Amino acid sequence: MALSGSNDKQRKYSAFGDVWRRLKKNKPAMAGLVIIVLLILIAIFAPAIAPYSYSEQDSLHKFAPSGGEHLLGTDNLGRDVLSRLLYGSRQSLQMGLYSVAIAAVIGIVIGAIAGFYGGWLDNLLMRLLDIYQCIPMMLLCIVLAAALGPSLTNATVAIGVCSAPGYARLIRASILTIRESEYVEAARAIDASDFRIITKHIIPNAIAPMIVQITMSIGGMILSGAMLTYIGLGAQPPIAEWGGMLADGRNFMRQHASQVIYPGVCIMISVLSFNLLGDGLRDALDPRLKN
Amino acid sequence: MPALLEVRDLKKYFKTGGGILHAVDGISFALEEGKTLGVVGESGCGKSTLGRTILHLLEATDGRILFEGEDVTTPSRARLHALRRKTQIIFQDPFSSLNPRMSVSAAIMEPLVIHSGLSRDDMRSETRKLMDTVGLAERYANAYPHELDGGCRQRIGIARALALNPKFIVCDEPVSALDVSIQAQVLNLLLDLQEERKLTYIFVTHDLSVVKYISDEIMVMYLGRMVEKAPSDELFENTLHPYTKALLSAIPEPDIHCRQERVQIRGEITSPINPAPGCRFMARCPHASEVCAEPQKSEEYSQNHSVSCCKCGELNKRKEELIR
Repeated sequence: MALSGSNDKQRKYSAFGDVWRRLKKNKPAMAGLVIIVLLILIAIFAPAIAPYSYSEQDSLHKFAPSGGEHLLGTDNLGRDVLSRLLYGSRQSLQMGLYSVAIAAVIGIVIGAIAGFYGGWLDNLLMRLLDIYQCIPMMLLCIVLAAALGPSLTNATVAIGVCSAPGYARLIRASILTIRESEYVEAARAIDASDFRIITKHIIPNAIAPMIVQITMSIGGMILSGAMLTYIGLGAQPPIAEWGGMLADGRNFMRQHASQVIYPGVCIMISVLSFNLLGDGLRDALDPRLKN
Repeated sequence: MPALLEVRDLKKYFKTGGGILHAVDGISFALEEGKTLGVVGESGCGKSTLGRTILHLLEATDGRILFEGEDVTTPSRARLHALRRKTQIIFQDPFSSLNPRMSVSAAIMEPLVIHSGLSRDDMRSETRKLMDTVGLAERYANAYPHELDGGCRQRIGIARALALNPKFIVCDEPVSALDVSIQAQVLNLLLDLQEERKLTYIFVTHDLSVVKYISDEIMVMYLGRMVEKAPSDELFENTLHPYTKALLSAIPEPDIHCRQERVQIRGEITSPINPAPGCRFMARCPHASEVCAEPQKSEEYSQNHSVSCCKCGELNKRKEELIR
């Protein structure tokens, strides 16, 4: 209870310091975090580390085996698989991060308004979300792709918009409990504005489950993005994207299994590491586990 | 001396699935500046709701609230903003009434940020002064509430309430969540502050020994109604209402040789939803009869001592006769 007078800066971020300290102890989560950082670095420096261009075709060396000149071989058009995988991380990460950002922003705004003001507004927004959630995500993505043309951006927007209701519900639920808490009443007693109450009191306390939800769903979003590209609604050739590579490789799976194994493994590792980190964050952010 | 706060026939009803819950049902009193009104009653009798309604944290269903002689029952937005500077609240639970993600100094500074219009530096020095006033060491300034004990947390709550230099504070069971030893500290702090700043308190509690210590006047509530109201000493010496008697006889006596007679009340507290018009205590009162089913009026029994029991004259006369 008593604490020593340490300097200001250290103390100020102690809430986050605590989380970090607990996260560090969680080995799978740290492994996930390391892989994610590596993926981000790869995505940023793909042009520098990739041995070949992602679209350069070498029709004399189709399906070259792993090793040798092409470390992971070449695909059906003679493109270097390793280079394509490295470049592909850009699309996958972009899809995951942007669609989560879109979903989170839309979801938080709607959920915060519904949860904070309650009453008929809450009812209206939630019923609209109910209706909205009845539309299958796949259908919506196809409609969007048909209307705007299939592209990586449109697929990202479609995934983001489709996942927003989940966020809205989550944040609404935590706001509903925080809204009734005594410290919000205490803030009202000193006549804090609604804006102040939402931004200073409610959001900081509701954000922990959001952070977990965000990390956990990035993996899912990457998967959805790969799936959309797989069926031809996402990134268009010749852009390298793991889902797209999977789709291309599918035709030659029997003779050249590596064509689907490499991109599949990449998708699996990135999704897994986001999930591991999310799991770890959930444990670290739970104040009941204070050790 | 005109009353600082006057409440006339204040009512607060809640709509529930089962009907209308009468949380506060026709409470009236006047409170002079610098005095303390203790409000006692068992859980669910509407004492906290009363405090919150007076502070406009809940909207009154009916009745009038006058502050400094002005009707503030339904204040405008701007009027309410000004009113918040003068009327404050100290909450019961120092664990839930502080934002866990706000440091001590940020929590104390918050009312200043909203109201004072001071510069950052002035606010900081003001915060330090407040921490000093309530007895919080400066090294706690950047601590978070979960790192402190209940007493320190409650001091933060008090500092927040004092920040705007209010005239009137509702203390909503400010010590019932605290250790007995810390209770005394906090109570003394509240009394010192009252003397220093001429504060007026409404002190809501279920702890009778606390209320006797701190109040000038005591109001006993039962199911939203006022049961008895009298100056502190008068209430303890000359108890009139059967409920108050039962309540006071429940105070533990530290002397084992003193065998006091316990007035026991049986049964559960009746529901505050759609209550019958008669005396609320009727179902549990040992002296109840048909007259109690009629609407009760509070009577002035003696000066400043009012009681709402139609049989109280009869009951207490009998006692006087017995004594004689």
